Amino acid sequence: MSGELAIDVHGLIKRFGKKTAVAGVDIQLPRGEVWGFLGPNGSGKTTTIRMICGLLKVTEGSGQCLGYDIQRDAALIRQQTGYMTQKFSFWSDMTIRENLEFVARLYRLPHLRETVDQTLEKLGLTNRQRQLAGALSGGWKQRLALAAVTMHNPKLLLLDEPTAGVDPQARRDFWDEIHHLSLEGMTVLVSTHYMDEAERCDRIVYLANGHKIVEGTVPDVIDRSGLSTFRGEGKGVRRLAEALKTEPGVDHVAYFGSALHLSGQDPAAIRAALNRHPSDDVVWNEVRPSLEDAFIALSAEAGVDTRVHA
Amino acid sequence: MNAVVSSFARIWAVFLKEAVQMRRDRLTFAMMFGIPIIQLILFGYAINMNPKHLPAALLVEEQTPIVRTLVQSLRTSEYYNFVMQTSDPRETGDLLARGEVAFVVSIPAGFTRQLVRGEHPQILIEADASDPAAASGAVGFAQTILTDALRHDLKGPLRSVAASGQPPFELVVHQMYNPEAKTSYNIVPGLLGVILTMTLVMITSMAMTRESEQGTLENLLAMPVKPFEMMLGKILPYVIVGASQTLVILLAAQILFEVPFIGQPWILLLGVTIFVLANLALGFTFSTVARTQMQAMQLTFFFFLPSILLSGFMFPFRGMPDWAQVIGEALPLTHFLRIVRGVMLKDTSLAQLQDPLIALCIFTAVAVSVAMLRYRRTLD
Ligand SMILES: Nc1ncnc2c1ncn2[C@@H]1O[C@H](COP(=O)(O)OP(=O)(O)OP(=O)(O)O)[C@@H](O)[C@H]1O
Ligand SMILES: [Mg+2]
Repeated sequence: MSGELAIDVHGLIKRFGKKTAVAGVDIQLPRGEVWGFLGPNGSGKTTTIRMICGLLKVTEGSGQCLGYDIQRDAALIRQQTGYMTQKFSFWSDMTIRENLEFVARLYRLPHLRETVDQTLEKLGLTNRQRQLAGALSGGWKQRLALAAVTMHNPKLLLLDEPTAGVDPQARRDFWDEIHHLSLEGMTVLVSTHYMDEAERCDRIVYLANGHKIVEGTVPDVIDRSGLSTFRGEGKGVRRLAEALKTEPGVDHVAYFGSALHLSGQDPAAIRAALNRHPSDDVVWNEVRPSLEDAFIALSAEAGVDTRVHA
Repeated sequence: MNAVVSSFARIWAVFLKEAVQMRRDRLTFAMMFGIPIIQLILFGYAINMNPKHLPAALLVEEQTPIVRTLVQSLRTSEYYNFVMQTSDPRETGDLLARGEVAFVVSIPAGFTRQLVRGEHPQILIEADASDPAAASGAVGFAQTILTDALRHDLKGPLRSVAASGQPPFELVVHQMYNPEAKTSYNIVPGLLGVILTMTLVMITSMAMTRESEQGTLENLLAMPVKPFEMMLGKILPYVIVGASQTLVILLAAQILFEVPFIGQPWILLLGVTIFVLANLALGFTFSTVARTQMQAMQLTFFFFLPSILLSGFMFPFRGMPDWAQVIGEALPLTHFLRIVRGVMLKDTSLAQLQDPLIALCIFTAVAVSVAMLRYRRTLD
């Protein structure tokens, strides 16, 4: 059964002392798919990923990764998994090339020189290969790390916020690369805070407070939120924002450039609120909620205050 | 005025920040008080610049009242602690070479008869002068102690023997292994052990600490490398460092200090190898305990302090109180010093060095086991 699943974990719980970081997460990720892992800061994404690849002991729960038991066979999982840490974790006092060579040796990759040469070529770092990795800019460090963790052609990629601080062009290249790898059969679980990246995934898992709140495709998740969103455009829209925030039925107010999005569970209530604040130069239309609207609504529903999260 | 006030405000801010950070690092905080206390205890109680009660052996080939008086006077003096008395020269044979005693005092057969006849018989003290400091006090006072003792016994018809002004016997002192009593003979071989201890423990204590402090540990743990592979890989470069240091120090000992090397080099090589491994394993253990490089440094220092003070490097081992000797026996440097001084100065054989070699092996095995048990396989 788990032959079809790259990750198959049930009821993962992780406690640090009294604090529960992950409170019973199930993930069934089929081979070859690209899944997004989302959730507010401190929701337990990194902790879950670390448990999946055996870097943290599981407090409760069990599961398999690539068919191996995550608690017993961590060594086998490591051999076939590429894990990119959230914080840059390559050696700053080694050159770019030395870092890649070290990884290649640890995985016993054949044709060491050629493999490293090719990786450098693909990265576009051939000319800078003798620079210390620590001297790279933030975005370049991320790109080096991604190249290093994919060098051994892992079956599963666990990427923890791989594009944090990466420029848009590089981000697009990066996602092209992910889809390319996925076509070749690689399974990817990627955590991110970017909505556009979430939309590039086959499915997304949304965590809040260590609980899985939703899982599904992007349209699924938006539908599941049960949200209605109205978009207001026009000159006076910003002046209306403060007043509308306190209206019953209006759960969230968000700015989108010069436009305003009002979201709530009951479209009728929002319409009523709008009618109480008529304005000639503002035009209101019901629009499809964005993923971001949906997440904020879902977190609020789950009782997560995303603004003051411990 | 205003500028002064705001300057003070900023000093206060930095002061508070430092105080908070200082308190948060518990180990460092503990060391700040632990190290001075240990220094006080070691320097105050353990170290004895004028060592007394040094282990000695007595070889007495005849039993007469006069000999008993002499033996009694040495026994009651505070310099000697006779751990054995025998009349068989074979039994005292290699006690000095093995370092079990610091002196062998021999009173030959026929001593009393010669003494009574005024023939000035000899009393022989063989002293292990490989540590000149340890030997000097006991040897220096022996003449006085023995002469005083005889003064009481030589009465009546024997008074003439005592009255001649000269002592009635001749005290012969053999400063074994280091006849010119050069302290460099003792210090330089010892330095080999001290330098290896300091550099190797310090370097390897950073081995894992650096990885966890810089966040690269998570990456290492996520890659397929086993704990013992990691440990060996991290330690082996420093085996080479240790070997080079040994070579440099031994050459310097020969060329600059002209310290003799009369023993078998391969025995020393064996000793150095085990000693280097012991230190590397210990440093690696420290690196699994310390959370920051700062803490690793402090642990190293914490270990280094008793190592130089209680190993017999700076101060005679046998001159220390028992509790300090017990601690000393647990330190690899103590055993290494016996090996290196034995081989270089005394031509000690492998069989004679069996005990320190086994002690080093046990220490290494324990350190490796602790390191493996403490090695973090996960980030917990
Ligand atoms: N080693 C640890 N000891 C104690 N608590 C921890 C530890 N690691 C994580 N936590 C706690 O567990 C919770 C989940 O943290 P985690 O890093 O998994 O969140 P995350 O979803 O990755 O957040 P972010 O988006 O900010 O990266 C947090 O509240 C964090 O404080
Ligand atoms: Mg995280």
